[in-house]
Amino acid sequence: MNFKVEYLLVIALVIFSAVFVYMTLVSDSEFGGADGAAEELIYTLNPDYEPIAEPLWEPPGGETESLLFCLQGAIGALIIGLFFGYYYAMSKCKKQTGKT
Amino acid sequence: MHIMEGALPFAWAAFWWGLTLIILLIGLIQLYIMVRKNREVLPLLAVSGAFIFVLSSLKIPSPIALSSSHPTGTGLSSITFGPAITAVMSAIVLFFQAFMLAHGGLTTLGANCFSMGFFGPLLAWLVYKALQKTGLNIYITVFLAAFIADLATYVMTALQLSLAFGLETLPEFLGIFALTQIPLAVLEGLIIVVAVKFIAKVKGEFFISNGTLTEEQVAKINA
Repeated sequence: MNFKVEYLLVIALVIFSAVFVYMTLVSDSEFGGADGAAEELIYTLNPDYEPIAEPLWEPPGGETESLLFCLQGAIGALIIGLFFGYYYAMSKCKKQTGKT
Repeated sequence: MHIMEGALPFAWAAFWWGLTLIILLIGLIQLYIMVRKNREVLPLLAVSGAFIFVLSSLKIPSPIALSSSHPTGTGLSSITFGPAITAVMSAIVLFFQAFMLAHGGLTTLGANCFSMGFFGPLLAWLVYKALQKTGLNIYITVFLAAFIADLATYVMTALQLSLAFGLETLPEFLGIFALTQIPLAVLEGLIIVVAVKFIAKVKGEFFISNGTLTEEQVAKINA
């Protein structure tokens, strides 16, 4: 087995995390969302701009928002795990029984 | 790439909605034909959609821009199913985020779905199809496709905003979106490469049957 690309991903994650931790130490940025920064820019460039609509419903706070984001990720991860596991077991099974 | 609710003037919001509706219609027809022909694609469809679910739920801090942004996760779906079907799956995720999380919005859903679901995936798909035939290392080809799917999405978002608010603002919007996105796009590209490798190992015949990989490429990954 050759795990070159997996190693590459792990190395990239380590470098990424290290740079991130370093940046949190040397700057006091809160790493706010780029989406929000763009919204601010719109209103800085066009102080008269009125949004044409407001969100119908907003999570009451950060806790509920993180719950919903987490739920979204969990549903996705469940599906990936289910099928990856299923196919992995199938391919093992085929090898063992010698069928193609 | 979430453009906030109400942040686009009505004319632009309607324009992107119109384009997106046409793309979604094409995507739904493609989906219907593909599933009727071969129901075995359904699990892979679910997995590709699940990658969009997971990766777009993560807000990742970008060390070079000191801000956070979402990966798109559309790379796998782009290279296996093409941009129109990817747009359908992205629309589901974006609707969830607009409706439940007030992330993005219903008026801007058309614009967001065009950038994340269609424009990024379209470029990724074109690059993938072009490079796949050149015999370039398949991992590099997949990486570039997924990288481009992510980055092009945010370039498109910056373009959409500057079209609405004056083209001279393009560099500023690009500075916010594209710069933040570069390290995330690299990570996302590598994740998609690992996923494609795994699927090619355990279910390579699928990639062969829909032309994503040739038999030699699957054999090489399995070697």
